Amino acid sequence: MTTTTLAVLVPLLPFLGSAAGLLLGRTAPGFVRPLAVLPTLAAAVLAVLVAARQGGGKAVDAATQLTPTGSVPIDLALHIDGFAAVVAVLVGVVATCVQIYSTGYLRHDPRYPSYAALVSLFTAAMLLVVYSGDLMVLLVGWEVMGICSYFLVGHYWETPEARSASLKAFLVTKLGDVPFLIGLFALAADAGTFRITGVLGAVTSGALDHPTLVALLLLAGVAGKSAQFPLHTWLPDAMAGPTPVSALIHAATMVAAGIYFVARLLPVFAASAAALTVLAVMAAVTMVGSALAALAQDDIKRVLAYSTIGQLGYMAGALAVADRGAAVFHLLSHGAFKALLFLAAGAVIHAAGTNSLTAMSRMSGLTQRIPDAYWTMTVGLLALAAIPPFAGFFSKEAVLVAAEHTATGDHTAAPAGAGWIVLVAGLLTALLTAAYAMRLWLLAFRGRGAEAPDHGRQPIQMTTVLWVLAVPSLGFGLTAAYLDDWFDGNALTPTLTTAVLGTGLAVVGAAVTYAVRSTLLARTAPPPAAPAGATPVPAAGPAAAPTVAHPDAEAGQVEAEALDLPHPAADPADPGRALLGPLHRPAADGFHLDAVYRAAFVRPVLAAASLVRFLDREVVDTYVRGAGDSAKGLGWLVRRAQTGNVQTYLSALLAGSVVLAVVAVVLANAAAGA
Amino acid sequence: MHLAYPAVLAALLFSVGLYGVLARRNAILVLMSVELMLNAVNLNLVAFDVWLRDTLHAGQALTLFTIAIAAAEIGIGLAIVLMVYRNRGTSDVDRLRDTSETDDETPTADGTPSADEKAEATA
Repeated sequence: MTTTTLAVLVPLLPFLGSAAGLLLGRTAPGFVRPLAVLPTLAAAVLAVLVAARQGGGKAVDAATQLTPTGSVPIDLALHIDGFAAVVAVLVGVVATCVQIYSTGYLRHDPRYPSYAALVSLFTAAMLLVVYSGDLMVLLVGWEVMGICSYFLVGHYWETPEARSASLKAFLVTKLGDVPFLIGLFALAADAGTFRITGVLGAVTSGALDHPTLVALLLLAGVAGKSAQFPLHTWLPDAMAGPTPVSALIHAATMVAAGIYFVARLLPVFAASAAALTVLAVMAAVTMVGSALAALAQDDIKRVLAYSTIGQLGYMAGALAVADRGAAVFHLLSHGAFKALLFLAAGAVIHAAGTNSLTAMSRMSGLTQRIPDAYWTMTVGLLALAAIPPFAGFFSKEAVLVAAEHTATGDHTAAPAGAGWIVLVAGLLTALLTAAYAMRLWLLAFRGRGAEAPDHGRQPIQMTTVLWVLAVPSLGFGLTAAYLDDWFDGNALTPTLTTAVLGTGLAVVGAAVTYAVRSTLLARTAPPPAAPAGATPVPAAGPAAAPTVAHPDAEAGQVEAEALDLPHPAADPADPGRALLGPLHRPAADGFHLDAVYRAAFVRPVLAAASLVRFLDREVVDTYVRGAGDSAKGLGWLVRRAQTGNVQTYLSALLAGSVVLAVVAVVLANAAAGA
Repeated sequence: MHLAYPAVLAALLFSVGLYGVLARRNAILVLMSVELMLNAVNLNLVAFDVWLRDTLHAGQALTLFTIAIAAAEIGIGLAIVLMVYRNRGTSDVDRLRDTSETDDETPTADGTPSADEKAEATA
């Protein structure tokens, strides 16, 4: 088979799998699991094959036109360069891991068939985005992902959190998609084509008339999809979905799409210094703000969600300094370790029976219950904190090196100011990232208090996947030297200055957090041997943490129940609170951005809705009701004449005839006289 | 004989009949008044037939028809009045007002006819 055929099969297989899964889900439950796993696995294998054949060399292009559109043509086109090839491999591998994990995680879920089909559809849409060589076809995959995320985040739609989170994810990303669509049209109007190769050619020849406008419009859609400030608010709430969905959204699909899109069209953005500066500021605000927010979250999955936003900020920062190699490199390593972190967090939530870090910090022995999740999560957190030699270190260094080169003027593709913004924010975020990674690890695995309950071993599918993903989290960075050829050719290897600075800051952040935690623990240690009958101090004592009602149920159900749990009073030994000080409360609320959105968008929309309701009910309906009422009133008047007395009727008839006769005579006389 | 005499007589007869139809309460008297009006018309037909010297005497022929049909009509009418009287104990036109529009806007909920309508249905 040719490379093109293989590449077409990559998005097609999961799509067919999802269609078959949706059709056969009820009639043939036995086929659901193979239909979920096998097409995705095959797509992953084919993506590897395509990558091997493409080999980072010349881009593979193929196109077929289904029907003429009359104006700008829309082609079913493939454009596979090094970026597309490796990102497709990441998507395929992570999606396969998620599908395998889900077979264990949602074993007895009644909605598993539709869930698995939607995950396959999600994967297919992302692969379409990755391989598509036509912006309109790319947009199709982009929007299919939007609707899939809506369905999957709302998987536990019995809970109000999941319902509102899925709506929020859909609406916020759509808020960015509207300018995105306009931007695509503006781009196509300038370039005269939707083909990516054509657009890039137009940029090189300077045919793009409004690069800044187009780039800013496109950035709005990217900010929505890739959860960048100020459109990131949907991502932390999207935690209401099942853990494998979070892993998929955060690691391989959806949020990666925005970064990947910018990487693909980077020359368009690089044509406008203003757009790059805006992107740099956006990335910097996103990184620092999300890292601060992550430090204050109590829900383990929300911590990971904010960390995703921060890491996406790194990628956006790399794009802002016009180095897409570094951005996609970080996308790949982040995809591996973030999928690992989320899947491990699912196991942790299952074992602990709660998603609250405070509650976990009041349990001990969680590490013995789930050794696989413990070790793999440690690897993932080390990679997240960018400690060498884990994957995150190399990719984050690539970003910082690119920023440094731009800042010092070695690279002139982007303004130096953008380089400085990204560099400073990146270093600050490295410190904060290590701090919250350390806090997460300490609170989840170094808790003190009652022994964690034993629910038996985790299913084999879940633990295997964790170890499979731990391998790239550990060793992917070592391929940095080899990956250069696949990307633009910029060196991805770390340099001494940024490596020492970044790692030093990360170590400092982690060490400070550890120290604060130890100090706080020593200060608030429970008084030894409290006298009998004395009321225990609830905050300091190892009070029983609230856990779910059915801790022995399968993982998915435990998580759904954990969504409804009240979060316990804050742990006084929580290092995040001490480190953030007065910033803690706003950070825990995501810096009140939701309130701003409520005032800026939700309230006006609700007011407009009530206005429309008023116009409909009171104005339009008045006419309709008036038409009915006037007919009724006329009928009432006419009915008054119906007395039932025949003689009255006859009298009226006679009177009428006389009047008519008189009129006829008078008229005849008048006519004769004239 | 001048045409005025029968014409005036016919007009007077018709007016008396009309008054009876509109003003009498007894259904039988109303029917009798209708007969008066019919006969006024008959008188007109005959008078004009003579006055126009119609060779076919269409007016007189039509009068015979009218008389025959009026006989049939009065037979049926009296029979109806008899049945109404037997049913209701009265043949007062003023009191036969079942078809009048009441102020009660809503029909009976279960759609069953009211007592009056039932009585009429069995009649």
